[in-house]
Amino acid sequence: MVKDQNTVCFRTMHLKEKVRHTLDSYLSVGGYGQWKRVLNERPDPATLIEELKLSALRGRGGAGFPTGLKWSFMPRSAPGQKYIVCNSDEGEPGTCKDRDILRWNPHQLIEGMAIAGYCIGATVGYNYIRGEFYEPIARFDEALGEAYAAGLLGRDLLGSGVDFDLYTHLGAGAYICGEETALLESIEGKKGQPRFKPPFPAQAGLYGQPTTINNTESLASVPVILEKGGQWFLDQGRPNNGGPKLFSVTGHVNAPNNFEVPLGTPFWELLEMAGGVKDGKALKAVIPGGSSVPVVPGNIMMNTDMDYDSIAKAGSMLGSGAVIVIAEGTCMVRVLANLAHFYAHESCGQCTPCREGTGWLSRVLHRILHGHGRPSDLDLLDNVAGRIGGRTICALGDAAAMPVQSFLQHYRHEFEHLIEHGRPMEQAA
Amino acid sequence: MSFRNAPLAVIHDVDKDTLFTPEIRAEIDRHVAKYPPEWKQSAVMPALTLVQDHNGGWLSRELMDQVAAYLDMPEVSVYEVATFYGMYDLEPVGRHKVCVCNSISCMLGGSEELMQHIEHKYNVAPGETTADGKFTFKEFECLGACRHAPAVMVDKTYHECVTPESFDKLIKKLD
Amino acid sequence: MSDKITIEIDGRTCEAAPGEMIITVADREGISIPRFCYHEKLSIAANCRMCLVEAEQGGRPFPKPVPACATPVGDGMKVQTRSRKALDAQRGTMEFLLINHPLDCPICDQGGECELQDVSMGYGEDVSRFTERKRVVKDEDLGPLIATEMTRCIHCTRCVRFGAEIAGVRELGATGRGEDMRIGTFVAHTVAHELSGNIIDLCPVGALTSKPYRFTARAWELTAEPSIAPHDAVGSNIQLHVRNGRVMRVHPRDNEAINETWISDRDRFSYEGLNAASRLTAPMIKGDSGWAETDWQSVLHWVADGLQRVVADSGADQLGWLMAPGSTLEELYLGQKLLRGLGGRNIDSRLRQQDFSGDAADPALPWLGLPIADLEQQRAVLLIGSDIRQEQPLLAHRLRKAALAGAMVGLVNPYRVELTHPSRQLPAAPGRLAAELAAIAKAAGAGGRSSLKGLIATADSGDVHAEIAAALKQAGADGNGLVLLGALAEASPDFGLLKALAYQIADATGCRIGFLPPAANSTGAAFAGALPHRLPGARAVDVPGLDALAQLTEPRKAYVLWGIDPAHDLIDPARAVAALAGADLVVACTAFRTPSLEAVADVLLPISAFAETSGTFVNAAGDWQRFQGAVAPPGDARPGWKLLRVLGNMLELTGFEYASARDIHDALAAQCADRAPDNTPRAEYPVGTTAEAADGTLMRVGNVPIYAVDALVRAAPALQRTPLSAPLHLQLHPADAEALGLQDGDQVEVAQGPARACMPVHVSDDLARGGGRIPAAVPGSGQLGAQIGPIRVAKVSGENDQ
Repeated sequence: MVKDQNTVCFRTMHLKEKVRHTLDSYLSVGGYGQWKRVLNERPDPATLIEELKLSALRGRGGAGFPTGLKWSFMPRSAPGQKYIVCNSDEGEPGTCKDRDILRWNPHQLIEGMAIAGYCIGATVGYNYIRGEFYEPIARFDEALGEAYAAGLLGRDLLGSGVDFDLYTHLGAGAYICGEETALLESIEGKKGQPRFKPPFPAQAGLYGQPTTINNTESLASVPVILEKGGQWFLDQGRPNNGGPKLFSVTGHVNAPNNFEVPLGTPFWELLEMAGGVKDGKALKAVIPGGSSVPVVPGNIMMNTDMDYDSIAKAGSMLGSGAVIVIAEGTCMVRVLANLAHFYAHESCGQCTPCREGTGWLSRVLHRILHGHGRPSDLDLLDNVAGRIGGRTICALGDAAAMPVQSFLQHYRHEFEHLIEHGRPMEQAA
Repeated sequence: MSFRNAPLAVIHDVDKDTLFTPEIRAEIDRHVAKYPPEWKQSAVMPALTLVQDHNGGWLSRELMDQVAAYLDMPEVSVYEVATFYGMYDLEPVGRHKVCVCNSISCMLGGSEELMQHIEHKYNVAPGETTADGKFTFKEFECLGACRHAPAVMVDKTYHECVTPESFDKLIKKLD
Repeated sequence: MSDKITIEIDGRTCEAAPGEMIITVADREGISIPRFCYHEKLSIAANCRMCLVEAEQGGRPFPKPVPACATPVGDGMKVQTRSRKALDAQRGTMEFLLINHPLDCPICDQGGECELQDVSMGYGEDVSRFTERKRVVKDEDLGPLIATEMTRCIHCTRCVRFGAEIAGVRELGATGRGEDMRIGTFVAHTVAHELSGNIIDLCPVGALTSKPYRFTARAWELTAEPSIAPHDAVGSNIQLHVRNGRVMRVHPRDNEAINETWISDRDRFSYEGLNAASRLTAPMIKGDSGWAETDWQSVLHWVADGLQRVVADSGADQLGWLMAPGSTLEELYLGQKLLRGLGGRNIDSRLRQQDFSGDAADPALPWLGLPIADLEQQRAVLLIGSDIRQEQPLLAHRLRKAALAGAMVGLVNPYRVELTHPSRQLPAAPGRLAAELAAIAKAAGAGGRSSLKGLIATADSGDVHAEIAAALKQAGADGNGLVLLGALAEASPDFGLLKALAYQIADATGCRIGFLPPAANSTGAAFAGALPHRLPGARAVDVPGLDALAQLTEPRKAYVLWGIDPAHDLIDPARAVAALAGADLVVACTAFRTPSLEAVADVLLPISAFAETSGTFVNAAGDWQRFQGAVAPPGDARPGWKLLRVLGNMLELTGFEYASARDIHDALAAQCADRAPDNTPRAEYPVGTTAEAADGTLMRVGNVPIYAVDALVRAAPALQRTPLSAPLHLQLHPADAEALGLQDGDQVEVAQGPARACMPVHVSDDLARGGGRIPAAVPGSGQLGAQIGPIRVAKVSGENDQ
């Protein structure tokens, strides 16, 4: 079994469920130690950012961009308001990790955001939480109240002259707001439609001011990285793939759950932790990083380690760390039709290829699924997906295209069978 | 699409003290205070949510116009927001909202069967309200509760690992 | 940033400024990149994805095709607009745009001039791979000007951005998301903005088309004739699209210095009036049995005889001569020449002015004071008596740009004007406007001449006055402050005083002063000498004639009316009709038959309307713009200059031997060669008393609504159906309404001297206290008196309602 579980974002998990999320609990594991140190010592933010760079922490929301590098893009000493924004709009199918951070360890996120604010010169932060998360929102708001009451948020904190105000902003049901610039638009009271880049948020973000947006897990990792050192964090994982990471293992497994394990943990170990494939079936396929990444056949996955670089070698991406396990006997046409429906439904409607193309893909797939496919449909699907990917303002176009292309690459015979016979090769879903 | 000169503040010819209730106004004001003063419209989403909650779960055009007036926004900007986000309902709804997650993990966990069950047993298609007005059945994209699939959100509460049987019990408990 | 960089597009080396977008450079170089959402006057959306190109920077290719509209150039960048990768991306987008676009080109108004159609010829496939059901979108009624066919919409959002950025009113939006995104108002209300028609031009497909033009012609059947718009002093450059001798529609022509790429709805849709049933198509003479058609030869003899008889019997001073300020320069010039040739001197074209006390002090050639485009550069502007959006829509647009860039726009006007940008407004009833200006003058530290000194010293200066004064001073010091006088100032009974104060403020703050000429050729009328105190070239007259109002208060025996409807085009219709009715001879040269003309005139001579004659307009900025007739006048109607030429010859006057309108233009131009507009006053303005309302009366505020400004607009049916077209009503301040015991919707009788009219009441605090806003030049207003003057209001009792 994997050692060193729950060392970073889940470091309060061993505490009693009822009190796990409280300030006292967090303080009992050394919480707010780093924020207090920052307030007392006022270290040069550049040194903190260097520590983060050393840790090789990569964005946990899905893109995997090095967090320290992202922070270093901020014009820290430029005049004017700057913002730190946390992306808790967790909505990538298969992903349910940030919800647990918000529910079980909200203070660590607050501490991470405060430190981030200090590093990038932001005195105001917003945590954008998806609107459906009533319980996590309540937990986070409660934690904010405790932190303000304890003098850890607000003005002139601990007499340091440092200000940091943190607010919750609620979403209202739109996957696209997980895209960082759509999220900014949403905070600005608009539809969540991604902005084209440049300018990047570090130049012109929220309200036109320099802004850094990080995922919940990325920010919640920061206090522990500073406490134990960037080198420690790096050593937890692999070079260029620092630290432990939360994996949401869902789908056809016996014990689906979130696991915080070191990057580089072999997939088979993770599968074992989740109780193995459901009902003792064989492993058919895995979508290793949330629904937007290419599917990987089970046999390849069994020889792959769970880190950014290894999964890339296997032809997919680590993404958000959502590991969707698919058992033998599942109709892959049905799975893909489900995914295609999701992207068509969640396209913001802004860019032509995504607005028009995602619906097209979904319709063709559902037609095939219902026995009305044509042999030419498969090339069409592949070609249409290719005309969406890489052609849109944000990555939703790629996210819609990649599953289609990868499913056709690995499971084309199932599609052909359904088109030819009018019924699926595999009956289960 | 981000306009060059946003936000476009529009002062409506309305006495704001006549809008909503004092409690709702206070609550909206609490949200408005989070944002820079010229960005009142940042509070449009929480305002719509609040107003919807106090209106039996849906937003009428009049209410959207009132939110626009309260936040000095053009009406159409509020319509854009209200029609973009999935949690706003622009038609009357049942006493409860039952949102079943249909995304990949929940589908692998049996959400399709669950939805078929709901359609047959309660004679209601996604987007519809049961004949007795008890609940509106909504198909939702990923609720972010994938590890205990399938997930169902009833009003403001998540229920996980929902089976047709446990679903029926859940519905029975609703008024 | 003047440092230039070099980039390469399709192998061609191009110079560019750092930060410019690829598409801007390509457009300048004439390299065409297909696009739908990009428009140089709107913010970048980058959403259509049609302009995807391949690019590399520093030898490193961008991993994906980049949108040319949103990708800034860098030194040494290499761009391929037609490489395999670029073309594949463009073709891909084209296919997506077409899958849900209906195949209804044969019945689409945009057919033949459709950007989607054009681009699809280059980038589309002949066979669609899309076999699913196409999207169908419900239409919305956006009102009488814009037709919708939203199934054709390709979601470029140009129209939405136009509303937010140019019009300043967000009426259209994009609701819903994904493929359910819809462009519209969401609640199906009429779009009410004076520039709304521009979205027809902006729409790259047939989703938004012109409702009046709809289904009447095909683009390829039309010939485009350049012209100049006739309804305000902007002089917007337009194209008349003509088929079979009929103007089918009007489009803008780009002219950055004047109208950029826009035109007002008034300029776009007024052409409909050309074909109105009220057009006069034959000369008519009033006999004992009423009006009868006649022929040109006999009617002109009759007119010549009549004029000569009046001159012989009563003297040329008994001739009154009023010309519409929207007449062509050639008409105005020949008109004054003819009158003066007969020995007359009573000519005027300032038809909506009642205080002429400033004539001697007025600058010879008043104008805007600066080129139109420079309005955008102003840092502070004080508008006096102007509903600028209604009067000069595109100048209002320029001011809006200045305001959005941070300029202070102050407004002293009888009512609060709905501006789409921040402003400092001081609404004051007509008699109180001077006091407000005096307060600003005081805050600006203006001492004032002896006569103004008292007024300024006793003025009550508040915070807003101080703010306006400070902003004007600061801007004035930098050379970009402006004080502008508009149509409601001009119509005021103390216009002279307002001008005196305006000059005081301008002097004290270092700002320029400018006038908003009320009509397309008001500035031209000064050049042409169609004024009682000016000869051609704006040369002074030894003994000035009677001004437009004096010609009516001191009735003449004979009148010539040029392009005028007495009930609607003169400042005091009741008095005008009475004076004209009492004259021995009234010759009306007009393009339209109207009841008031038929009542007072003896002959009606049909002249060309806009688009039917060649001529010249001089706009507010002093630009002389010539245009050609695009269609023939209807029936026996003749270009105005020809009529005047013939009449001049019949009267055996010298100097009427012109072969063409061009000759007339050249003759006048020669006399104006050394003349340029200049707002320097030639004397001090005499300062009279302010026209305060007496007890128990209100001061009428008779603004001319946007679609009432001249006969052509009034005859254009679609414009008359828009919400901007105001019916006769009385607007009152709530306090005044209460004092009079009146409520919204009550019916009242308004008395203006002996004149009376009934109308409903609208209560609004936009109006200053003491004012009674009743629009002029709208149906029913012709029974009333001066546009600005005292009125009494009485409720019409219940039994009379029946």
